[in-house]
Amino acid sequence: MCLAIPGRVISISNTDTESKIAKVDFGGVIREVCVDWIPDIKIGDYVLVHVGFALNKLDEKEAEEILNTIKNLEEN
Amino acid sequence: MKFIDEYRNADDSKRIVDKIKNILRHNWYIMEICGGQTHTILKYRLEEILPEKITLLHGPGCPVCVTSVEFIDKAIQLSFHKDVILTSYGDMLRVPGTKYSLLYSKSIGANVKTIYSPIDALKLAKDYPDKKIIFFAIGFETTAPATASSIIQARKMGLKNFFVLCAHVLVPPAIEILLKSQLTKIDGIIAAGHVCTVMGFKEYIPIAKKYKVPIVVTGFEPNDLLLGIFMTVKQLEEGRYDVENQYKRAVREEGNMSAKKIMFDVFEVVDRKWRGIGFINNSGLKIKKEFEDMDAEKVFSLNTQIDEIDTECIAGLILQGIKKPVDCLNFARKCTPENPLGAPMVSSEGSCNAYYKFGSVKINN
Repeated sequence: MCLAIPGRVISISNTDTESKIAKVDFGGVIREVCVDWIPDIKIGDYVLVHVGFALNKLDEKEAEEILNTIKNLEEN
Repeated sequence: MKFIDEYRNADDSKRIVDKIKNILRHNWYIMEICGGQTHTILKYRLEEILPEKITLLHGPGCPVCVTSVEFIDKAIQLSFHKDVILTSYGDMLRVPGTKYSLLYSKSIGANVKTIYSPIDALKLAKDYPDKKIIFFAIGFETTAPATASSIIQARKMGLKNFFVLCAHVLVPPAIEILLKSQLTKIDGIIAAGHVCTVMGFKEYIPIAKKYKVPIVVTGFEPNDLLLGIFMTVKQLEEGRYDVENQYKRAVREEGNMSAKKIMFDVFEVVDRKWRGIGFINNSGLKIKKEFEDMDAEKVFSLNTQIDEIDTECIAGLILQGIKKPVDCLNFARKCTPENPLGAPMVSSEGSCNAYYKFGSVKINN
């Protein structure tokens, strides 16, 4: 139920109900996603999507950091 | 796919497991709260590559499993009301109520539709103005803001035919119940990353201190989980009880302020009954008075009397981590995903379903 999938924002538009809707690319599958809770959303951002809503932007630097942490485990 | 594949690298998995073995001195019982994480653990056989001193317990983090029978019975009743289209997420349709499931009610004539998002229910309300669209809303803090948003949107759109049967529940009160319980030994907790994406993790800090358990907010890919387990074990071996965040790429300490705001604009906190566990104080969300014209429980007449269920299902013990699915006499015999005796076998987040689907584990009975 708490499944959330990362996808890349490819366009952003407002609808008649003032909701901000983005088209998000999930590895080739394009879906409309509500991005009302991501005030600084822009094209190219990666978002985590759950039941049609973006929960948060994904932080690329932090994503990379975790991989470095794993790589450096042996040395610590 | 970006942000997924990178965290499934087998060499990295081995690196983390070796490090865990390196620092491990004692036996530890670690509970992952979220059913999505349980499925990752089973699917990637993580229990098999971890040292025997670590026991993973599977927690109550499956909203479909913990939604009370009364709610399912109410949804079934509503689905037979005149002009109603009852909508919910797929898994919810297959869970048995007192007598049968929503899927069965559909098969005997009720108007029940599976939806992917509450936005789909709003679209139905707009497209079918002569029908009453009821959204049976279940889920934790991850899902509740989406329901709240659909209620706000319905108000903005002037829809008079959109209603919500609200069964949302909150995670931290359930964690506290498990930690208070004398039945479950829990040394450390893997907190549900996506719940914390919305809520942040400040509310877990007093829990970690009070019950002396490390809590590590963790993601959903196999290496996220292994790293979350490593961070938990490290704290346990060092005698620390902190809240740490393994899932920094998605979770900020304060969570998502906009999602939290909309959630508490629409809902208030109430006591709620959890299937298999019982009433938990301040663990549910109810629609506030100013939106009660959309609250299905207020608008429609419902008979809430239910018969006591006589079931052989031990879901309550499984959801509390007291027993594992393979400890159940009916597991994979009388109880299968096609013929479930209880919710954890139905739901794609239920631990019985995970053990059945990825079953590498021998049946204990």
